[in-house]
Amino acid sequence: MMRPTLTKVARQLAARPSLAMRTYATEGGTRQYGGLKDQDRIFTNLYGQHDFGLKGALKRGDWYKTKELVLKGEDWIINEMKASGMRGRGGAGFPSGLKWSFMGKSSPGRPRYLVINADEGEPGTCKDREIMRHDPHKLIEGCLLAGRAMLANAAYIYIRGEFYNEASNLQQAIDEAYKAGLIGKNACGSGYDFDVFVHRGAGAYICGEETALIESLEGKQGKPRLKPPFPADTGLFGCPTTVTNVETVAAAPTILRRGGSWFAGFGAPRNSGTKLFAISGHVNKPCTVEEEMSIPLRELIEKHCGGVRGGWDNLLAIIPGGSSVPLLPKHLCDTALMDFDSLRDLQSGLGTAAVIVMDKSTDVVQAIARLASFYRHESCGQCTPCREGSRWLDLMMARFVRGDATSQEIDQILEITKEMEGHTICALADAAAWPVQGLMRHFRPEVERRLKDYAVGSQIRSDANYHPEQTIATV
Amino acid sequence: MFRAAAQRAIVKRGLPGGISRGFCSSRAIAKEIELFVDGKAVQIEEGSAIIQAAEKAGVTIPRFCYHERLGIAGNCRMCLVEIEKSPKLAASCAMPVGPGMRVLTDTPKIKQAREGVMEFLLANHPLDCPICDQGGECDLQDQSMRYGSDRGRFAENKRAVEDKDIGPLVKTTMTRCIHCTRCVRFINEVAGTGELGTTGRGNDMQIGTYVQRPLVSELSGNIIDLCPVGALTSKPYAFSARPWELKNTESIDVTDALGSNIRVDSRGEEVMRVIPRTNDEINEEWISDKARFSNDGLKRQRLTTPLVRVGDKFEPTTWADALGLVAERLTKTEPSRVRAVAGDLADAESLVALKDLMNALGSENLAIDTMNSSRAPAYGVDIRSNYSFNTGIANLEEADAVLLIGTNPRHEAAVLNARLRKPYLEGTTQYALIGRAVDLTFDYQHVGSTAKAIDALTNDEHAFSKVLKAAQRPVVIVGGAVGELDSGADAMAAVARLAQSVPALVSDSWNGLSVLQYAAGRTAALDIGFVPNGQSSANGQPKFVYLLGADEIRPAEIPNDAFVVYQGHHGDAGAHLADVVLPGAAYTEKSVTFVNTEGRAQLTRQAVNPPGAARDDWKIVRALSEAAGMALPYDDVNALRARMADVCPSLVHVGERESTSAEIAKLGVQQLAEGGSGRAGSLDSGFVSAVADFYMSDVVSRASRTMARASASVAKARSSGLVADDASGQSTSEASA
Repeated sequence: MMRPTLTKVARQLAARPSLAMRTYATEGGTRQYGGLKDQDRIFTNLYGQHDFGLKGALKRGDWYKTKELVLKGEDWIINEMKASGMRGRGGAGFPSGLKWSFMGKSSPGRPRYLVINADEGEPGTCKDREIMRHDPHKLIEGCLLAGRAMLANAAYIYIRGEFYNEASNLQQAIDEAYKAGLIGKNACGSGYDFDVFVHRGAGAYICGEETALIESLEGKQGKPRLKPPFPADTGLFGCPTTVTNVETVAAAPTILRRGGSWFAGFGAPRNSGTKLFAISGHVNKPCTVEEEMSIPLRELIEKHCGGVRGGWDNLLAIIPGGSSVPLLPKHLCDTALMDFDSLRDLQSGLGTAAVIVMDKSTDVVQAIARLASFYRHESCGQCTPCREGSRWLDLMMARFVRGDATSQEIDQILEITKEMEGHTICALADAAAWPVQGLMRHFRPEVERRLKDYAVGSQIRSDANYHPEQTIATV
Repeated sequence: MFRAAAQRAIVKRGLPGGISRGFCSSRAIAKEIELFVDGKAVQIEEGSAIIQAAEKAGVTIPRFCYHERLGIAGNCRMCLVEIEKSPKLAASCAMPVGPGMRVLTDTPKIKQAREGVMEFLLANHPLDCPICDQGGECDLQDQSMRYGSDRGRFAENKRAVEDKDIGPLVKTTMTRCIHCTRCVRFINEVAGTGELGTTGRGNDMQIGTYVQRPLVSELSGNIIDLCPVGALTSKPYAFSARPWELKNTESIDVTDALGSNIRVDSRGEEVMRVIPRTNDEINEEWISDKARFSNDGLKRQRLTTPLVRVGDKFEPTTWADALGLVAERLTKTEPSRVRAVAGDLADAESLVALKDLMNALGSENLAIDTMNSSRAPAYGVDIRSNYSFNTGIANLEEADAVLLIGTNPRHEAAVLNARLRKPYLEGTTQYALIGRAVDLTFDYQHVGSTAKAIDALTNDEHAFSKVLKAAQRPVVIVGGAVGELDSGADAMAAVARLAQSVPALVSDSWNGLSVLQYAAGRTAALDIGFVPNGQSSANGQPKFVYLLGADEIRPAEIPNDAFVVYQGHHGDAGAHLADVVLPGAAYTEKSVTFVNTEGRAQLTRQAVNPPGAARDDWKIVRALSEAAGMALPYDDVNALRARMADVCPSLVHVGERESTSAEIAKLGVQQLAEGGSGRAGSLDSGFVSAVADFYMSDVVSRASRTMARASASVAKARSSGLVADDASGQSTSEASA
């Protein structure tokens, strides 16, 4: 008689014959990721089929025994977060438990702040907005618990200005929570005072960078600050501050209720947990879905999005983590696993897990040129390499789209991206550089073909069509 | 974007509150740590930036945005260095030093990074060096010689930016801007007027004044020096000279009583421009716009030849004839009816010589060129601490409570106002003002407009008196004009009473009672006793008046029948009153001594020759003494300086600030306290501004076209409501206090 576990494995294998498997040297055997069960979902109202208000939230188990969690104290909360292996969901993937412990335990004479980064502006990313409009109480409860863990006096939720409905729902939920005594003075009856404020941004991508966000919150231009001093020491209004992503904080109450080890049970080692994936582009059913970390990219797309438009073989490339990570061509997508370390090994990154799928109808050069345009527009203008480099990249990419360049210029643009990378205050220059690097790494023949076509074509084209200043953004 | 907090954390050198420290002792030193720059061990204060440590180790790190007197922006990325065990390059201006840190400044990786940054900077920078005024003294030009490529790879169109009109002093060529934001930081932090800022973002970021308003800061010219490229250049100096053509002469500014250190750049017989020299004790490395831009006044309205009044016209004459005429009238007049008046710009040499001549004649009828020239200033000349800036300009940074009485330092000493603002930024100092409420670029409590408010503080009738009396390092700054008022003695007595009620004001280690003089020649005149005394008023109307550069004098004070001699360099108000005009030399044309308001003697140096037949002022007095048959006993400047040393030794102790001991200073305060008339209502009158128009306050600046334009520009900005009027300054009202 076959043991039930083996049966299960066999069934899974039969269902997905082409499924990639990955062996870890540190692990005893092989394990497949994905197929998150409904009972393991944290965000149970992701699609808004239920009430987003307090009543609905209570039905879904939010605010359940929050007082007890608060009373367990900062050490317990931080240890549970450390045990869960949660890595920040905002893109950089820094271990959350560790980050929450940076502020230390005392800051005499200075208030302490928790700042929630809800300035979700990365092209392709649409996970935090789902939380805020459909499950805002998860975020508010998370604010209270995260705030308790870092002994913060208040949380500021910096929400992207374009998210009108999200801000509205969130504010309603906060009002409800205040009314019900869940936050504010003596939050949940725990004796702990905690306020939550919503601040709407004015629409700048750079304000999603933590120090720029702090500047913007203080009423200044959203320009990243120098580090050190780090926000944990000198942040909002000069006080100790921790900036975290919406998803990280919103997942915290469930993690604390179900235990860090439960969360750590998902995903590959060091990449544990469940995660919201936002899949857009050339798939049959674009969606945002909660899945296990380390799920194979192909399974993610085929299971939840109805597959790539025209079938998997029609795939050209995928940007796996939002606009700022290099793209992956199809042959890498076949086997890629969706977690921080695996994607880094492929010279890309998980980022915000915003999967942008491009099928063979895509002009991949133009797609990356559009991203270059975006970063040129969003550069804050402080650091020389980013300010000057992002415009340069944009102008060169516009020429590459037409093919109006030489093949030496491909090397030149790569050199420019290298000059930008890592030489600036924040990571926006890196984000601007990487998509171009990814393009040239994987699609250089396509670019070169285009240069050749243009060289032939230009002999019969008149100069009247030459518009060197035109970029994709302005067309 | 001004990271005051970050900056404080990085370059914090301030003292922990309340630690008492000697008056003249050096600043409290933070813990020193050791690190290695290119393998060389360096000891430096904790909290310094790596770039400072490198400087100390003798390693120059290229930079554009970093400036040691401004906040840290860390945005040009030129100063990247490698720190061992750190994967990313660090901006050395923003990274604090750590113990045992190993910093590398000269590796291939760094060279590549700097070359990259240079390429980016040059990408959109117009290569118009041949027509750029910064050419030859341009940071970008210099550093591109080391880190730039000999050809560009930027095949796209360059960015072009519209030039901004920010007033008549600073010319903009914004296409050249490299966005280092030094100017923005200067205007916001040091000048405190906040007109400059950045708009737009990314490659479209622009520096400007938001709504096309002109700069109204009295220190705006300093952004020209700060600008590392040719984006901000001097408007009056535009296209007039190249730096390598200029002769540089280190000198002293005389447009206010601070004695800011300047460098006079001349070509041939023309002063092309004036730029600041660093002196941490006085002006750091700033100068006021008047010091910088009034030099074109040196070419206009000049007296170039001796003149004699014939009817209602001046006729040119020779020195021999002019001196003969003056000597004849001088010797024929009854000595006590000969009066000499010392002007605002008179140098110590000519003052000593003139006083000696007067004494040789037998006259003690001396006066200084004030609102009431026939009466001695109320602070007297017996005790030096009664009329000098005892606190010391640099020590203002340590003050924890500042009271200004009857002075507007922004106009009377613009650079000093920036110094006063420094502790304000730290948030440790409280300010109050008695007098006209003006915009001082920092917040203060307005205690009152009349001298009565001084007594209110003495008698604890105002909230600020608590602050002042509890302060460890209180400062009371009295305007130089206060002692010249009709009610000056009473006002000074009130000040003295206040001083006696503030315990920490005058002690062995601190003297917080300061008089801020407003004229460059005033302290020297007081030092040598060139003031009205008993004889001045006792002997009736003068018959012979000798004006040594005295132009502020009221014509009513000169009797119609008096013979008036004007010695000076500009045909201004004084010359119009004269019967004989003796052309003297301006401050750029003579090597003489000026004593600043602190009592610090400093030497100017001759940059150009006096125009035409004009001569050094002390030589004119010496020549006159010979013509009058009572030759003064010095033939050269060294002999004269020996005489000065006899009269007042501090006049020849160049560069030193000599402080009065606490006992003497307290005696001086006691003397002031006894000086008042005690008449009822004597404290009811308000204070008079010593400098009505900052841009046109002396003969040089009044003759300057540039200053006239600046004055008009600011007046226009005020009348159009673009900038706050003086009277509606940012003070807190009396009611709230």
